Amino acid sequence: MPGEGVPKELDGDELSEIRLAVRRFVRERLIPHEAQVEDEDEVPEALVEEMKALGLFGLSIPESYGGLGLGLEEQVGVYEELGYTSPAFRSVFGTNVGIGSLGILLDGTESQRQAYLPRLATGELVGSFALTEPDVGSDAAAVRTRAREDGDSYVLDGTKRYITNAARAGVFTVMARTGSPASRGDGVTAFAVDAHLPGIEIGAPERKMGQRGAKVCDVIFDGVRVPKSSIIGGVPGQGFKTAMKTLDVGRLHVAALCVGAMQRALDEAARFAQTREQFGRPIAEFQLIQAMLADSSTELLAAKTMVRATAARFDRGKAPSADASRCKLFATEALGRVADRAVQIHGGAGYIADYAVERIYRDARLFRLYEGTSQIQQLIIARDVLSPG
Amino acid sequence: MKILVTVKRVTDYERKVKIKPDGSGFETEGMNFVPNPFDEIAVEEALRLTKEHGGDVVVVSIGPNDATQQIRQALAMGAQRGILVQAGELDSDAVARVLQKLVEKENPDLVLMGKQATDDDANQAGQLLAGYLGWPQATFASKTEGLESAEEKAQKPGVKVADGWASVAREADGGIETIKVQLPAVITTDLRLNHPRFASLPGIMKAKKKPIEEIPVASLGVDITPKVRVLKYEEPPARLAGVKVADVDELVNKLKNEAKVI
Repeated sequence: MPGEGVPKELDGDELSEIRLAVRRFVRERLIPHEAQVEDEDEVPEALVEEMKALGLFGLSIPESYGGLGLGLEEQVGVYEELGYTSPAFRSVFGTNVGIGSLGILLDGTESQRQAYLPRLATGELVGSFALTEPDVGSDAAAVRTRAREDGDSYVLDGTKRYITNAARAGVFTVMARTGSPASRGDGVTAFAVDAHLPGIEIGAPERKMGQRGAKVCDVIFDGVRVPKSSIIGGVPGQGFKTAMKTLDVGRLHVAALCVGAMQRALDEAARFAQTREQFGRPIAEFQLIQAMLADSSTELLAAKTMVRATAARFDRGKAPSADASRCKLFATEALGRVADRAVQIHGGAGYIADYAVERIYRDARLFRLYEGTSQIQQLIIARDVLSPG
Repeated sequence: MKILVTVKRVTDYERKVKIKPDGSGFETEGMNFVPNPFDEIAVEEALRLTKEHGGDVVVVSIGPNDATQQIRQALAMGAQRGILVQAGELDSDAVARVLQKLVEKENPDLVLMGKQATDDDANQAGQLLAGYLGWPQATFASKTEGLESAEEKAQKPGVKVADGWASVAREADGGIETIKVQLPAVITTDLRLNHPRFASLPGIMKAKKKPIEEIPVASLGVDITPKVRVLKYEEPPARLAGVKVADVDELVNKLKNEAKVI
């Protein structure tokens, strides 16, 4: 049955108290609500409040701004735990931990940090990141949303697409073009925009293949006037660089979530195989089933190991950006295979929504698409391989 | 008010405990340890009481150095400081007498303890402690309003303290008995007193900086020679396979003549 799963040890290492606390929360509070989130396409508000109380919104924000200030290695450990359940839960606070706060943290002025980070850390404010547009996906430098200078302010016009947490957002990090259309990345500026300003309209949530409960919407800016002081870092034309800086972290986060999801898929498949009988014995006794479990378990170890090691090297400032892409590429693709095998081991039951693997299979598909498709990761990796020196 | 709360390090109730082949004890290799769940309820109640009435919560554990982890968990929930009495396995009587020494040193207004530990289920330390101290005791504290009540949602204490007395709803067979005890007193907590909070992640970070005093048991001058010795542990008998019956008559016949339950 869905939600019955008790997470196994992800490893024999001493797990941090933070991680154990998150594991317990996932096990006792989130997994029992997976089916409800799936049915209602909504994370219950009471659970959002519990996530705030636990402190999940502030994982990455420094202690001096009211967060936990966890390093990337510790963050990916926590994300492995969260990957074990529906991604919708992580989505609720994921933008505050990653792309919705990171631009302000990395490149914001001190007064911008003071204005937003403490409230982002508690979850009082939800941060959302608005880069993607109807014609701007993998080609992120092609941003068309305009920011026209007008006296002491800028006026924003344009449409952003598939914006996670747009409906909950209190502040958007908006990438808009301040330079000429030909200026590519150099003409893009990042703005911290109050979500309640006149002229901002939030579209209806998209109906998606999976990851139900995680909301993405269009955000339409129609003559939205923002003060110049809302430029992140105060200098126009730095937005694309800001966006790129947030991506390494986001990619490692996604890879870590996939590790947790792989563990869940494997645990579900192993348990099912041990209880489901065919030809008079549990199907786990058949070698063709065993081979699938062995392959999945091996890919899980590979992904887990590379994500942790890479995160630790990022913390020490010693990992190239392409390593985040390598982790994201491998972990997301491996999850696709592991989820597929988990469904296969379940047989017909794997196609039935009463079993967690049916959800995991659909949820897994998105990881290969967002925060850079697998093909974009391959380009980044290949560029790194072929770069001189 | 100052409240002393005990937290025992116990084996994880979600894991199966393995008995050593010679029956002398348990395999600790690979075991996970957690705070005694009844003690977590005691910590929660203490935190709610000090929130309402002011004061400090001091957490005490008696055990190996690793029991620091369980103390830290209580500190992460919000307790102010911890005391670890470094000791091996003690019987309930020795535990009560060690606690008596600490109570004499700390002078709390109230001692809150889990009604029993989930490892040995002895259910004696609280009662013995009250006896040694000559304090009133209220065991098996519960919440009259229930765990689904508005009071519980508002995180109100189930133990009501006023004018130097504590009113406690006790779980008795078949109902609730409400008594008043004069403070200082010993109160032991049952399962339906509260839902203990999750330690928040910032709470866990803060707990790392809270003080834990370490006291070797020998320095307390308590005779800890066991009065109770465990002779042997055994697994419960394995469940036998069920049988299928052909019809109701056969079922009734078996229940009557084989199982002898009707």
